[in-house]
Amino acid sequence: MIPILGLAVGVVLGLLLDPSVPVWLQPYLPIAVVAALDAVFGGIRARFDGIFDAKVFVVSFVSNVVVAALIVFLGDQLGVGAQLSTAVVVVLGIRIFGNAAAIRRHLFRA
Amino acid sequence: MADEKPADEQPADEEPADAQPAAEETAAEEPRPSLWHRVRHHRRDRLAAALIGVLTLLLGFAFAVQVRSNDTDVTYSGAREEDLVRILDDVNAREDRLRAQIQEQRTALEQLTDTDSQSSAALAEAQQRATELGILNGSIAAQGEGLTMTITDPDGRISPAIMLNTIQELRGAGAETMQVDDVRIGVSSAVTGTDGSLSIDGTALTAPYVVVVIGDPQVLATAMDIPGGVSATVRGKGGDVRIEQSELVVVDALRPLDQAQYAEPDDN
Repeated sequence: MIPILGLAVGVVLGLLLDPSVPVWLQPYLPIAVVAALDAVFGGIRARFDGIFDAKVFVVSFVSNVVVAALIVFLGDQLGVGAQLSTAVVVVLGIRIFGNAAAIRRHLFRA
Repeated sequence: MADEKPADEQPADEEPADAQPAAEETAAEEPRPSLWHRVRHHRRDRLAAALIGVLTLLLGFAFAVQVRSNDTDVTYSGAREEDLVRILDDVNAREDRLRAQIQEQRTALEQLTDTDSQSSAALAEAQQRATELGILNGSIAAQGEGLTMTITDPDGRISPAIMLNTIQELRGAGAETMQVDDVRIGVSSAVTGTDGSLSIDGTALTAPYVVVVIGDPQVLATAMDIPGGVSATVRGKGGDVRIEQSELVVVDALRPLDQAQYAEPDDN
């Protein structure tokens, strides 16, 4: 309940406040969002598997975001930022897909 | 398909959860739920819930902001350095092309206005020449300073030679154009006939002959009156010459334009 509420409030706040993204954050924000989405899907799946742990969720959420941003930052420093952010998005996308599949299996038994 | 092996899909981040089964269950099955433990668990749960709330709130916020900025902001502020360099190169190349195009157009415009002014100047010049030539060969009417000369011939003794001589004397004195009676004199005018019955270009004249000349009146009159000149000759034939100088005479008889039958303009 709390995560859904948090998400809803966040979306509403973001839409209402409509802040401009600082320039230094602009390459990392989309990656961070995707990484956080991956953590959220992982959490939902763990919930369905009955192995959800708040600590694990919080740590994975934060570390996911930090590592994703770090990879992109490193890529930018090495001059392969575009490629690495693509790689991160691909990997996280695959994981989101896998977690979504597991959630679907739990929900629909199919 | 990926969904055929769920075990492998387990996200790495969630794996530690296996080693430490869900906290609530552990708390519920605790054999001796001491107060301290309960308080601790309670506090931990609330902290975790708050953290989860904050994190999901942040996620929603970031999500909305990113979607919004992606929607509204299609500028290059979020683009990477290499992309920006490529875009800049594109823009520069485009600018160069456009500049070259502008230069070309400008040159073309200059050439066009140039030829336009040249051709209009040439046209004006050609028109002036046409006017001058028209006055010279008698195809357009003319007016200006000049004199009107009346030659009487009571005895009918004025010969074509005298008339031709008169015309030539007038030309020699700077006459620009003239007419005799109502016949315009051009470059190829011919005086024919016999004494007392003259024709110019086939048109018969009757005495007295009225010659209208455009030119310097003073010079023309002097040329007529010189000893042994036209006046003297006419008087010798029993006629008389009356000269009226005028500020404005009109030569309005016209000659048909001679069409060259054999000659063609030579451009070289």
